[in-house]
Amino acid sequence: MAIPNYAGPGERTWIWSYRVICALIFLFLIFPILVIIPLSFNAEPYFTFTPEMMNLNPEGYSLRWYDALFGSSEWMTSIRNSFIISISSTLIATTLGTLAALGLSRRDMPARNFITALLISPMIVPLIITAAALFSFYARLNLANTFFSIIMAHVVLGTPFVVITVTAALSSFDEQLIRASRSMGAGKFTTFFQVILPLLLPGVIAGGLFAFITSLDEVVVVLFLAGPEQTPITVRMFSGLREEISPTILALASVLVAMSICLLATMELIRRRGERLRGLTPG
Amino acid sequence: MTDATMDRPAAKASDDGELTTADGTPLAVSLRRSHAQARRRAFYLVLPLLAFLVITFLVPIATMMTRSVQNYEVADYLPTTTAAIADWDGTGLPDEAVYAAMAEDMVVGSENRTIGRVAARINREIPGVRSQMMGTARDIDEMSPPWKEALIAEDEGWANEEFWRLVKRETRTLTPIYYLLSFDFEYNSHGEIVERPEEYQVYRLMFLRTAWMSLLITTLCIVLGYPVAYMLANLPLRYSNLLMILVLLPFWTSLLVRTSAWIVLLQQQGVVNDMLVWAGVIADDGRFRMIYNQIGTIVAMTHILLPFMILPLYSVMKTIPKSYMRAARSMGASPLRSFVSVYMPLTVPGLAAGVLLVFILAIGYYITPALVGGDTGIFISNLIARAMQGSTAELKLALALSTILLVAVLIFYWLFNKLVGVDRLKFG
Repeated sequence: MAIPNYAGPGERTWIWSYRVICALIFLFLIFPILVIIPLSFNAEPYFTFTPEMMNLNPEGYSLRWYDALFGSSEWMTSIRNSFIISISSTLIATTLGTLAALGLSRRDMPARNFITALLISPMIVPLIITAAALFSFYARLNLANTFFSIIMAHVVLGTPFVVITVTAALSSFDEQLIRASRSMGAGKFTTFFQVILPLLLPGVIAGGLFAFITSLDEVVVVLFLAGPEQTPITVRMFSGLREEISPTILALASVLVAMSICLLATMELIRRRGERLRGLTPG
Repeated sequence: MTDATMDRPAAKASDDGELTTADGTPLAVSLRRSHAQARRRAFYLVLPLLAFLVITFLVPIATMMTRSVQNYEVADYLPTTTAAIADWDGTGLPDEAVYAAMAEDMVVGSENRTIGRVAARINREIPGVRSQMMGTARDIDEMSPPWKEALIAEDEGWANEEFWRLVKRETRTLTPIYYLLSFDFEYNSHGEIVERPEEYQVYRLMFLRTAWMSLLITTLCIVLGYPVAYMLANLPLRYSNLLMILVLLPFWTSLLVRTSAWIVLLQQQGVVNDMLVWAGVIADDGRFRMIYNQIGTIVAMTHILLPFMILPLYSVMKTIPKSYMRAARSMGASPLRSFVSVYMPLTVPGLAAGVLLVFILAIGYYITPALVGGDTGIFISNLIARAMQGSTAELKLALALSTILLVAVLIFYWLFNKLVGVDRLKFG
């Protein structure tokens, strides 16, 4: 966005105001997420900055809401439930989604566009409809309020992301590499595990991370499907936000933000590695 | 690539001049066979996921949707009456045969305890029918023919023509009634379709509100997303990668976290109001109401959906060569003109992708409006969720509303696929 040297004063003013506008939009994007972190250290049960906090008085800050979060067996059970659900559904969604993406990227795939549209549809159908339909489906099988049904539902919601990211990774995949590998005497399996998979892995992991975060963050379907035994953090957080709002939620939110930062960093590392493997370097 | 092409020896010409493979099959057949095999192989890879989705997603949704037109109470639980009333022309009272059939059905119905369900179904449209039917069913054993006189003597509701017309109408096992209700129409006592009284009209308003609020949110996303995407696409990579984090972090952050952040910021004792009071812009008693209303929903959803606009725009803008704009400038176009007539048309694919994605996601939103929308900022999804917890009738209404919403979403999805192509969808 360098200012071209032929720019006149009017254009210069415009470019500067454009930069300010963009800065404000970036602020709008990031400020709400960052603001909850200091607030989660509030010593008072309020959702706003107290005068003590504004004056950076250490007495205005405390870890009490983190104590309340990690010291509560209810919250800890929910965190455990969330991880059970997310990890299992991610593994299944990644496997099914990667296989499907491998098929979809073959030249000979019949009805590709239609089938892709079908496979992506769980992302598009309003969640409330999915939730109600899956609830009546699993209730009829006597499987509502079980981990099984929640995990299966989250597999459904997670696969579109895997299909999208792996298909994208495959679109830049050079098929000559397969022929090269086969011509040098590698078998099908060797080719798959030594050539295809390492190149595909960034896409697969990215898709898996998407599926994971989708499941971890999902509220509506679990509101319908989860019984008291399976309550994940999102449901507890949702009812917490609706009823008595306590800064414990902000402590949890901060933990989740920290986790998103870690996931984002992982994604970035994977992306760079992928670019390096393909011989592209960020300029 | 496939084994077929690798392992088979090259084609050779047979005696009659037709090309065949080594084993004598014509080349065309062999080629077709190998293509079919390749297609099958590709399909087998997709099959597990496809089958999984069909069984645990598409079929449940389709099944649920069909329940929105089902209307089996009268036909199932009053089978004899259903048969007898078919001959009645709908004027005056039905004759003895219909009353006798009704009496017979009531005897069976009170034994099986199914009569209550029919009574409840009809009671929804003619209040008082429940006690009429239940009361008569209780005494039916002590009554004797002729049934017409006996029933009318028991309860004069049996002499109500409107009741019989309703029974006749409800013998149909498919009903559009829940769809009529979804658009604030209903049947009047003559079986004509009329608009509901104004005080009961909710759903049309809700659909319209969902549509205009989603449109507004989409517009805001364009206004905020376009300049940012442009900046990201035109900065040197090392800066744009850093700034991209500011877009991707919200994208990766939990929806509930982002919604609670907006509650923290916008509530009356929240950060934004505090700052405004502190800055002296507003008085302490003049704090703005920015949440639990439409403003709350619009602000929070714009924030949540903005990355879905920026990312597709960015990926298209990145492919537009910078020389195009320079060329336009060098040929004398003003900065504005070169931007509007050269750059913007090239970004249309990204814009279409972003707009459709944001709009599709927005019209089905549930969580954020439920948490920050109060009464005025909720969407049709919230009404559906509320109705789903109600009686059977409300549930069916909820299913009809869901079907309408789903059809709307699918139309836009189809459009998206047509204009953009689902296979071009990308994140990050």
